[in-house]
Amino acid sequence: MSVISAAVRDSSVIAHRNILNVLRTPGALVTGIVQPVMFVLLLGFVFGGSLGGDQYRSFLIGGILAQTLTFNASFTAVYLAKDLQLGLIDRFRSLPMSRVAVILGRTTSDLYTSVISIVVTLLCGLAVGWRTSAGILEILAAVGVLLLFAFAVSWIGAVIALTARSVEVAQSLGLVWLFPVTFVSGAFVSVSTLPGPLRAIAEWNPVTSVATAARELFGNAAPAGFVAPGGWPADNAVLYALLCSIGIIVVFAPLAIAQYRRISKR
Amino acid sequence: MIQVENVRKTYGAFTALDGLSLTAAEGTVLGLLGPNGSGKTTTVKVLTTLLAPDSGDAWVAGHSVLDNPDLVRRNLGLSGQYAAVDEKLTAFENLHMVGRLYGMNRRTASARAHELLANFRLTDVAGKRAGTFSGGMRRRLDLAGAIVARPKVVVLDEPTTGLDPRGRLDTWEVISGLVSDGTTVLLTTQYLEEADRLADHIAVINHGSVIAEGTATELKDGAGAERIDITVRNAVDLQAAAAVLALAADGLGTPEVDPAALSVSIAAPGGHQMLVRVLAELDARSLPVAEASLRRPTLDDVFLQLTGGTAKTNPQSTPDTSMEGVPA
Repeated sequence: MSVISAAVRDSSVIAHRNILNVLRTPGALVTGIVQPVMFVLLLGFVFGGSLGGDQYRSFLIGGILAQTLTFNASFTAVYLAKDLQLGLIDRFRSLPMSRVAVILGRTTSDLYTSVISIVVTLLCGLAVGWRTSAGILEILAAVGVLLLFAFAVSWIGAVIALTARSVEVAQSLGLVWLFPVTFVSGAFVSVSTLPGPLRAIAEWNPVTSVATAARELFGNAAPAGFVAPGGWPADNAVLYALLCSIGIIVVFAPLAIAQYRRISKR
Repeated sequence: MIQVENVRKTYGAFTALDGLSLTAAEGTVLGLLGPNGSGKTTTVKVLTTLLAPDSGDAWVAGHSVLDNPDLVRRNLGLSGQYAAVDEKLTAFENLHMVGRLYGMNRRTASARAHELLANFRLTDVAGKRAGTFSGGMRRRLDLAGAIVARPKVVVLDEPTTGLDPRGRLDTWEVISGLVSDGTTVLLTTQYLEEADRLADHIAVINHGSVIAEGTATELKDGAGAERIDITVRNAVDLQAAAAVLALAADGLGTPEVDPAALSVSIAAPGGHQMLVRVLAELDARSLPVAEASLRRPTLDDVFLQLTGGTAKTNPQSTPDTSMEGVPA
């Protein structure tokens, strides 16, 4: 029990330090703010016209949320990789502090970036015509599903940082996987239009389920021409999104911690 | 208080530590002196539990780094080669964070941070970000971080590397203060003068094992007799002067020639009488002398003798000489 309370306390100290760092680095939040705005405008108005106009833009927001939060994993990868290069990490490792605090503190503090991304995306959505019919509980549930997913993919970013061993490598590795993962999904289109194997991947892609769950909870319908996706993940989007997030954490958190210990032994 | 026993650590084909053994008694400063790549930093990493040895063991305050790494960490403060401060945090926030990570509550961590800021003359800049600090101030903050939890043992890895003379004197003062509080210190350095000034006991290491140890005086005595230094006026006379010295030593030593400084030096078992003979001979051969001296061997001589001249070719050790004119 005291192991867990020490881990929580030390992680919150590290998370506090990380947040002060972000707040005091001009430009650190620019990507997190500009990126969702850019994608809402690009996809909403470049593709929007041929995909259903106002209705598509309303549908799009759930997808942008899922995509943006997935992309935030690259922040975890880059900032953790940067931290690992500092002399500060040697100090941390020589302290009698929890061995998981450096990483848990990072994945926790990156949630703040994700909260900002969600707020920005929704504000941007309101500006381009997105509306929600949801009550406060459903909105909170949607934010909860989104943040749990953001926390989960953040652990993938942590594993990348701990494997990469340099900021440059972490930066490129942290980015390349995001494009196929977010685009082979129902984030921006109806998965029914994808060819056979891609369609199966997209149907089971956690990004699809997070986007669908957000749309369900916010009460955003698909544009008229979109064929509604079938199958268990689509029918149980919220449950499947939660299961995916937990699954990702269960796999990647121990991997990250094992990797951190391995590095410490070098 | 610090004990290292027969520690080996290899990286592939490279042997960083080759059966290294060290001891430091409570309340003393052990100076670990060696050129780049001799194993100083690896030793520090083993002692601070950052690195597990391939074989052998080390103890800090009686706790083994292998069996009880967490107790080792509780009794130890580290100040590494690169100042471990967060540049975006203020001086106060840095120390407060370290205190919290040692398990102190907010109030205790805060009180300790203020106390240390005062002790290290950083109170005026407590609210300024560490990124704006000079090298010396950053070092002081880093050293303060190492002693937040009043550890019994403090490990300092090249604490003055990269500092200007002012910063170095500052840092020396802080380290001397630590020792007077009874803390046991392991100090690694490439600077002989630093080891000479701060360390009670010096271990000279090269290629991962101890090649000599003792107090500064013992090491100097071990290096043999006094030395004669001759600086010639003209570069062309240097070899001739070296020949005169070799002749006067009568085969008991080889002169060390420093072409850049136009100087040549040799052990002088014959003391001042030998100096008189050398000067007479130089005069007889019409070799103009700019400077002549008889002196006790310095740690530099010990070091050069032990490591086969590696220090002289090592550019990192040059700041030493530039320090000699600075008053303490």
